[in-house]
Amino acid sequence: MQLAVDILSWTLLTAGAAFCVVGALGLLRMPDFYTRIHAASVIDTLGAGLLLAGMMLQAGPSLVTVRLLIIALLLFFTSPTAVHALGRAALLRGIEPRLESTEREPSRP
Amino acid sequence: MRSLSIVVSLFVFWLLLSGHRTPFLVTAGLLSALAVAWFAHRMDLVDHEGHPVHLAPRALLRYWPWLIGQIVRSAWAVTRIILDPLLPISPTLVRVKASQVTDIGHVTFANSITLTPGTVALEVDAGEILVHALTRETAAELAGGEMDRRVTEFERAL
Repeated sequence: MQLAVDILSWTLLTAGAAFCVVGALGLLRMPDFYTRIHAASVIDTLGAGLLLAGMMLQAGPSLVTVRLLIIALLLFFTSPTAVHALGRAALLRGIEPRLESTEREPSRP
Repeated sequence: MRSLSIVVSLFVFWLLLSGHRTPFLVTAGLLSALAVAWFAHRMDLVDHEGHPVHLAPRALLRYWPWLIGQIVRSAWAVTRIILDPLLPISPTLVRVKASQVTDIGHVTFANSITLTPGTVALEVDAGEILVHALTRETAAELAGGEMDRRVTEFERAL
């Protein structure tokens, strides 16, 4: 039983870490400010969510799990607020989003 | 009623975070919860929007599970775009209709849009939200209005 929980929780932790790496990669690959925000939101949601779920399984039914749950709630309420503030500030300061029409064709190898 | 509920939730929150059991500390925690509730009351923060308990059941049982499903789906879609060597993005600005009546409905809708990877709410006006979407398809899906409809439905639960 403990083994099953461990396997599941480590799968979740590894997957969460993988999504954090993907988000970081997206931050580097995306062409402009606004598209980079989208890449970062993968870290906020799936990355952090899976990591927290994995940690909850490790902690078992205890106060620690409740606290992790509270952290998850906090993240899910505050991170969109922060992202919105960031995007709106950029828009108000006149950073133009690169839209599809102005975009170059992706170069095929 | 609402003040009672804020005292109870603050105290439970304190208990969960502190884990203390001794009578002195528990009393101190209860007094702190009462004090914070009193301050919030004096600052006129305790209303249907500052402490929207009436929305909790429907939020927990119907809206959140659906939203989590959406988040996982679109996070996976964004992941595939990032890992695609061609980086197939088509950034789009779109104005989405927001049919919510209350501020809290607007906040929920805008936050849900931003929380879902691939779409970010940039400007919130009455009845309309300016959204930046990573691809044309996500923009079209959001403009389709399913999320808007679900938030409005959840807002109406009183």
